[in-house]
Amino acid sequence: MLLLELAHARSGDKGDTANVGLIALKPEYYPHLVEHVTAARVARHFRGLITGKVERYELPNLHALNFLLHGALDGGGTVSLKTDAQGKVFSTALLRMEIEAPR
Amino acid sequence: MREAGRPVRIAAGQGFWGDWLEAPYRQVTGGPIDYLMMDYLAEVTMSILQKQKSRDPATGYAKDFVPQMARILPLLAERRVKVTANAGGVNPRACAQAVAAAARELGLGGKLRIGVVTGDDLLPRLDGLLARGHDLKNLDTGRPLREIRDRVLAANAYLGAAPVVQALRQGADIVITGRVTDTGLTLAPMVHAFGWRADDWDKLAAGTVAGHTIECGAQCSGGNCGVNWERIPDLANVGYPIVEAHADGSFEITKHPDTGGRISVAGVTEQLVYEMGDPTTYITPDCVADFTTIRLTQAGKDRVRFTDIKGRPATDKLKVSLAYFYGYKAVGTLVYAWPDAYRKAQAADRVLRRRLQDLRLSFDAIHTEFVGADATHGSLAGRATRFADLPEVQLRVAVRSQEAAPVERFTREIAPLILNGPPSVTGFAGGRPKPEEIVAYWPALIDKGVVEPCVELVDV
Repeated sequence: MLLLELAHARSGDKGDTANVGLIALKPEYYPHLVEHVTAARVARHFRGLITGKVERYELPNLHALNFLLHGALDGGGTVSLKTDAQGKVFSTALLRMEIEAPR
Repeated sequence: MREAGRPVRIAAGQGFWGDWLEAPYRQVTGGPIDYLMMDYLAEVTMSILQKQKSRDPATGYAKDFVPQMARILPLLAERRVKVTANAGGVNPRACAQAVAAAARELGLGGKLRIGVVTGDDLLPRLDGLLARGHDLKNLDTGRPLREIRDRVLAANAYLGAAPVVQALRQGADIVITGRVTDTGLTLAPMVHAFGWRADDWDKLAAGTVAGHTIECGAQCSGGNCGVNWERIPDLANVGYPIVEAHADGSFEITKHPDTGGRISVAGVTEQLVYEMGDPTTYITPDCVADFTTIRLTQAGKDRVRFTDIKGRPATDKLKVSLAYFYGYKAVGTLVYAWPDAYRKAQAADRVLRRRLQDLRLSFDAIHTEFVGADATHGSLAGRATRFADLPEVQLRVAVRSQEAAPVERFTREIAPLILNGPPSVTGFAGGRPKPEEIVAYWPALIDKGVVEPCVELVDV
């Protein structure tokens, strides 16, 4: 299934790094996201689209994960030549990920 | 005036310079509020303002702020609503004088006191600071500032809530600042109203989280929200957020009655994670807030309650935002129509790149996107074969260089493709693209003790 069915997301920028906050649509999906949406898997998902590493932080209180995608914005801000220079739609790009259905 | 025990209501009136012009007026007239918080400054804004000020010393602030204030000043005075705004840019004194003049014209002489917060502007002190060993190295790359010293256009330390609190304590009705953090503009009214101590880290963190939640205006009240977005009511009439703060550090986010949008745990959570780094360590000049301690509850329709927020002591550094001249860029676009729109746009890109190469133009980067196919999600959008029937695709090519000449020449290579490239092309009504100067951002840290915030008062 698509991650879109389990979570919603908002993304933004910090220099050349895009952040994607991924939030479980229901609290019971959160452990499933923690288990399956790992930093390594997100890095594979965005292979070729980002030049740096992926970091993941957990916010169990908000049933959310925060991903930092380094080297995602062609230099970022005013330097970037991308339409999405501020990383606003990395959110839905992550929600395209194929993921196992929760049991 | 606020009665003791009643929460303090702080309304967001502007989430960035360019936000909805109607929002401040609606926040002041839609129901009772105590403070109107207006955030104007993005990272690169300061360099634009610095450039304006170098041409005319009476400018350098967010000009829109003055007519915005003129529209609501009589209401603010009548209802005793106070304002915190970082609209002062690189010239808060001139901004305050302009607002004072507008107030006098409205017959408000003797009725308003404006607080002015300065001390954030490090540009005039830059060489002295570098000479004394503050190397202002780039937080992201580690490079020392001296590599680009001769190209620096603006240098501002981020001040926190403290000088804004000081202005409020001295009776200011409107506090106009330079580079004060977005969160400090919301935290300051709480510190002032509740008398929170400067080392009450949990409460300062709570006020900081409140500030982060409303600093992007309607982005926490239904705007840009991905959950059931089609069912968010009446975005045309969206209500901007209001913090209802309590003395114990808990607060609620709500909006005026009879406004559109939606305030839900899901929508507020989206805003909490927006532009987030390490959520346990959200660093401001005022404290370090831990976003993993926030408890959210839906406390009613369009009302989310925040409790349990924890904070840690502030660091001994301030962030400095520098802007410097980087080079030039330009973006050219053409629209290709069915049939084979995508393949035609791809062919045009190959032709264009070949011509740029034959002209021996040197760029730091050439970036191609096919809008309608891959501009937002790149290769994740799908395989090219699925794009065979697209009704149209926009070819978007952008270049970047330290030099103006190659970028200028690039802008002349787009139009010829209409007649000498692949067919069924249109969309050139806007004319030749214009080369743009790139002003880049350089984040750094400086010792707190080096920066001295200053508060002045202007009586209207």
